[in-house]
Amino acid sequence: MTRLAIRYDVVIVGGGPGGMSAAIGALEAGADRVLIVDREIELGGILNQCIHNGFGLHHFGEELTGPEYASRLIEELLDHRIDVATDSYVLDVDADRTLTVASPSTGITRVQAGAVVLAMGARERTRGAIRIPGSRPSGIMTAGLAQKFVNQLGYLPGRRAVILGSGDIGLIMARRLALEDVEVHGVYELMPHANGLTRNIVQCLHDFDIPLHLSTTVVGIEGSRRLERVAVAPVDENFEPDLARATEIECDTLLVSIGLIPENELSAKLGLRMDPTTGGPVVSSTMETSRDGVFAAGNVVHIHDLVDFVSQEALLAGRCAGEFATGRSRPADNIRLLAGANVASIVPHTISSDREHVVYLRVRRSMEKSWLRLGEVYEKRLRYVVPAEMVSLKVRPRFLENFHGDALKIDIVPREEPGGDDE
Amino acid sequence: MIEITHYLCIGCPLGCRLEVEEDEMGAVVEVRGHSCRKGKDFAEREHHDPRRMVTTTVAVHNGVWARLPVHTTAEVPKDMVREIVRYLRSLEAAAPVERGQLMVADVLGTGADVVASRGLDAE
Ligand SMILES: Cc1cc2nc3c(=O)[nH]c(=O)nc-3n(C[C@H](O)[C@H](O)[C@H](O)COP(=O)(O)OP(=O)(O)OC[C@H]3O[C@@H](n4cnc5c(N)ncnc54)[C@H](O)[C@@H]3O)c2cc1C
Ligand code: SF4
Repeated sequence: MTRLAIRYDVVIVGGGPGGMSAAIGALEAGADRVLIVDREIELGGILNQCIHNGFGLHHFGEELTGPEYASRLIEELLDHRIDVATDSYVLDVDADRTLTVASPSTGITRVQAGAVVLAMGARERTRGAIRIPGSRPSGIMTAGLAQKFVNQLGYLPGRRAVILGSGDIGLIMARRLALEDVEVHGVYELMPHANGLTRNIVQCLHDFDIPLHLSTTVVGIEGSRRLERVAVAPVDENFEPDLARATEIECDTLLVSIGLIPENELSAKLGLRMDPTTGGPVVSSTMETSRDGVFAAGNVVHIHDLVDFVSQEALLAGRCAGEFATGRSRPADNIRLLAGANVASIVPHTISSDREHVVYLRVRRSMEKSWLRLGEVYEKRLRYVVPAEMVSLKVRPRFLENFHGDALKIDIVPREEPGGDDE
Repeated sequence: MIEITHYLCIGCPLGCRLEVEEDEMGAVVEVRGHSCRKGKDFAEREHHDPRRMVTTTVAVHNGVWARLPVHTTAEVPKDMVREIVRYLRSLEAAAPVERGQLMVADVLGTGADVVASRGLDAE
């Protein structure tokens, strides 16, 4: 067990890929006392339970499984002198950057940080968030919890499963359970389109003959102690279920995979300014929140679909935290970014015209050929956009040379022009 | 009999619907529905020799977790995935394990090895 010091240059809350990459960034920036705190028994975050492959193509240049990606980062950290407190929960972060850490082995410790990086990740939306009527038997859980049961603890959630929600976690778990010879009855999706990547539709559902029912939802739950059956019904364009067409399915397990929400209890306690469109804190181009010296990165800021982008963003947050803690800072931002047509959210919320930035966007709806426009200073052709994949835009200082305003709107609009395949 | 098989391209989120047309002798006559070269290659590969990576777990004795994640070092024929997973389920490893440690060489004659995706300390 690491004995915690009283003072650190940078303290990082959360030891997932975000937290670990932030630590590497902080060290690179010259911070030499760095601490990572995580409530789990080991570093790695959610990646440790994501045993499938498909991680790391951008960051490591090869396709890795989740545990491999985490291990690579852990091994990189071992080359440096840094403190890691696992099995330790950060209860509070004060405005003066004092953290309260609770651990079964060392009790309550207070730690002073020069800068803090919030990297608490996200949690899954639960059944409560969508209010399925019916009883409350056991056998209903989030897909991520089932993933932990199967992949780390080594037991199956049941014998016959229904999956609600076609996000990637639900699809990955459909395959995982099928491979463990659990009967997977089907995936039910409220929307008229699947939420997960095509790759997962093909390799997780088609490969295992698992049906995907679109515009359909779970309308009832039955069972006294253990789940015995669920009722599903088609929905109309207003998502109202047609109960007259409901059918019952015998099953002992219902996995709910209806999305992630940033884990922001600490951010709320700290009184950080939040963005309702991302569910995370508002951040500047240095990933600094509305509190001085408190930075944030990864799923806690906005839900990422690629862990590689988490690493990129967190390296930056860590570097800037390291600079802050050692008394340096970059010129302040002078341009606000505003979400325009078909843009649901933008991170970071502000940029500065003197350096290069990577801006991440999420779109509201799918669109084939389109223009991505940054105010009137820059435009780029996109071949497609889908809500399931984040769009990244590199903003270079030369785009902004002749721009003197204080806000830029980003729009994604249809591009009507004959033929021509691009990008 | 001309036979048409359908595939969904996984090359990018456009998800083009691909069609492969075969003549009586089983030779591919035409691939349709793709919007780029990647889709055509994908259809041909899926048609002749579909392959997948296998990622699963094996039981581990005395480890900090009850299961060790493992993966194949190369893609294996798609129709062998289930058999490989069942076979791996019958194994038990003992902690400690190192990342990349060989679990099974040439699993079920596919030419692919099965290795540990992570290291696992003993409890
Ligand atoms: C099921 C699933 C499948 C995925 N599949 C893919 C994929 O195929 N490819 C891909 O690129 N990406 C995938 N992702 C996304 C990727 O894994 C995440 O984007 C990434 O792990 C987020 O990293 P993070 O560090 O922000 O959060 P996390 O990995 O969630 O780490 C957050 C850490 O913070 C800790 N923590 C939280 N609060 C506290 C506190 N108060 N005190 C102490 N510790 C705390 C948690 O214990 C956790 O360890 C998947 C995600 C999930 C959930
Ligand atoms: S054929 Fe080309 S454009 Fe169509 S889904 Fe495949 S990779 Fe994308």
